[in-house]
Amino acid sequence: MSHLAARLWRHRGISGSLLLTPPMGWFVFIYLPALVVLLITAFWTVNSFTGVIERDWSLDNFVYIFSSHTYRDIILRTIVMAAAVTITDVVLAFPVAYYCARMASARIRILLFLLMLLPLWSMFVGPMYAWRIILADQGILNGLITSVGLSPLSISYSNWAVWIVFSYMWLPFVVAPTYAALERIPESYLEASGDLGGRSWRTFRKVIMPLAVPGVIAGSIFCFSLTLGGYIVPSLLGGPGSDLLGNVIFANVGAANNLPFAAALGIVPVVVMAVYLFFARRLGAFDMM
Amino acid sequence: MGSKITHWALRLWTLGVMFFLLAPLVVIIVYAFNESNIQSFPIHGFSLKWVVAAWHNEEIFAALGLSLKIALLATVISVLLGTTAAFVVDRYRFFGRETVSFIVVLPIALPGVITGIALGSYFEFFDISLSYWTIVIGHVTFCIVIVYNNVIARMRRLPGSLREASMDLGAGPFRTFYRITLPLMSTALLSGALLAFALSFNEVIVTNFTAGAQNTLPLWIFGALRLGQNLPVVNVVVSAVVIVMLALLLLCYWLMTQAGTKQKEHP
Repeated sequence: MSHLAARLWRHRGISGSLLLTPPMGWFVFIYLPALVVLLITAFWTVNSFTGVIERDWSLDNFVYIFSSHTYRDIILRTIVMAAAVTITDVVLAFPVAYYCARMASARIRILLFLLMLLPLWSMFVGPMYAWRIILADQGILNGLITSVGLSPLSISYSNWAVWIVFSYMWLPFVVAPTYAALERIPESYLEASGDLGGRSWRTFRKVIMPLAVPGVIAGSIFCFSLTLGGYIVPSLLGGPGSDLLGNVIFANVGAANNLPFAAALGIVPVVVMAVYLFFARRLGAFDMM
Repeated sequence: MGSKITHWALRLWTLGVMFFLLAPLVVIIVYAFNESNIQSFPIHGFSLKWVVAAWHNEEIFAALGLSLKIALLATVISVLLGTTAAFVVDRYRFFGRETVSFIVVLPIALPGVITGIALGSYFEFFDISLSYWTIVIGHVTFCIVIVYNNVIARMRRLPGSLREASMDLGAGPFRTFYRITLPLMSTALLSGALLAFALSFNEVIVTNFTAGAQNTLPLWIFGALRLGQNLPVVNVVVSAVVIVMLALLLLCYWLMTQAGTKQKEHP
């Protein structure tokens, strides 16, 4: 055994590829082919009488998506929603990440990070149900608002509810990489800026912000991508007029039983993400994931 | 940024954000003891009847059992695969090394619905009927990256000198791995495994497309919420999960702060 080990050690190329085979095999034989199958399926159609997938190549799905007002609106709404959620989460997360990186003690920081995971670990859909109770017309939020004499809001089952809950769910994904970027800035940079006469606001703008950008972008990748494909939030909290790509895809796989059309719709967020990742890479975001 | 006002403003902001994140979970727990089956505000009375109803619901326990079995298996497989991938990417220089780290991250960089329908169409294409196993395959695909990220972060911080010392003293590569590298990585492996387990246990996005007739616990809840059935019981189940997960997180907290005080290392 040790003889074999020593030989493998000398032939590092062989041992490396032996070790790499199982994890890469998983992706090469399952995940990547699955993405290819998805791409191919997008060019097929479903026979509307029999419901069977017809394996003939056509662009019908794409032509339909881009010529229909409904689907163009849904795509646009999804991108606007993803942008709104991303901006909201960056604004909410940055001060928290800054506090954790440069002010909080190690123990507080660890505690905060762990507690931030709790909403994601509550069956994922648990907090969404809580938000339904909070935002309902007779719910907690309106109860509190009317008790101070204001008129109640009507935001349950609307784009507002979807926006709030998406921002709620993806917040930890933005905090973590932003924190990673801020934590890497050496104290000496800030001291140097101070010594050179940079006031705190100027140090923040000229030193901290530029160095934090890759982390913020990395966080925004998760947030943007998760919202682009999110279907659980719009299907539990959305109402008429808040269909997003995600829940339309989900409906086409399940109830409508039109996998090719769902696959074609699925290509849209992938293309949007590819563009997003291309720019993110240029801004150095990949080092922060 | 050292001034007192900014310090307090940041602390207050952080507290506010934590309130935003945790308040809904408190709401769920409070409503689990709501006497009425209508979730209005304020609640009308205290009752344990929904807890009792949940306790006698066999569907819930079957779903819980399935979720635990899947999470356990998915964790074991993804720890093995994720650790090997991290080990190779950290230790070896080879052509396509960047590609490996890119491919591993892909299942979480792409929207979950894409991974879901991709795997769904893959199983359909190859006539693999959806089962317990297809759920596990889906979970492993996105759990690998969790383990991989945790382990590779730790490996990058490990000083190579310890490994070299072991090899100089005559230990072979396997012995060095078991006696030196593995113990030094144990907390990273444990936290990676815990994160992978929790992710698998709570996952619905991909599972919706890879499960056939099987109901995992999150799927059962998602179904109940969509149909508006059993809502008071959903409160009880989610509350129980929140409490168990909180205990798990506090265990993680204890593990992480213990490791910190023992090794006295600063990241």
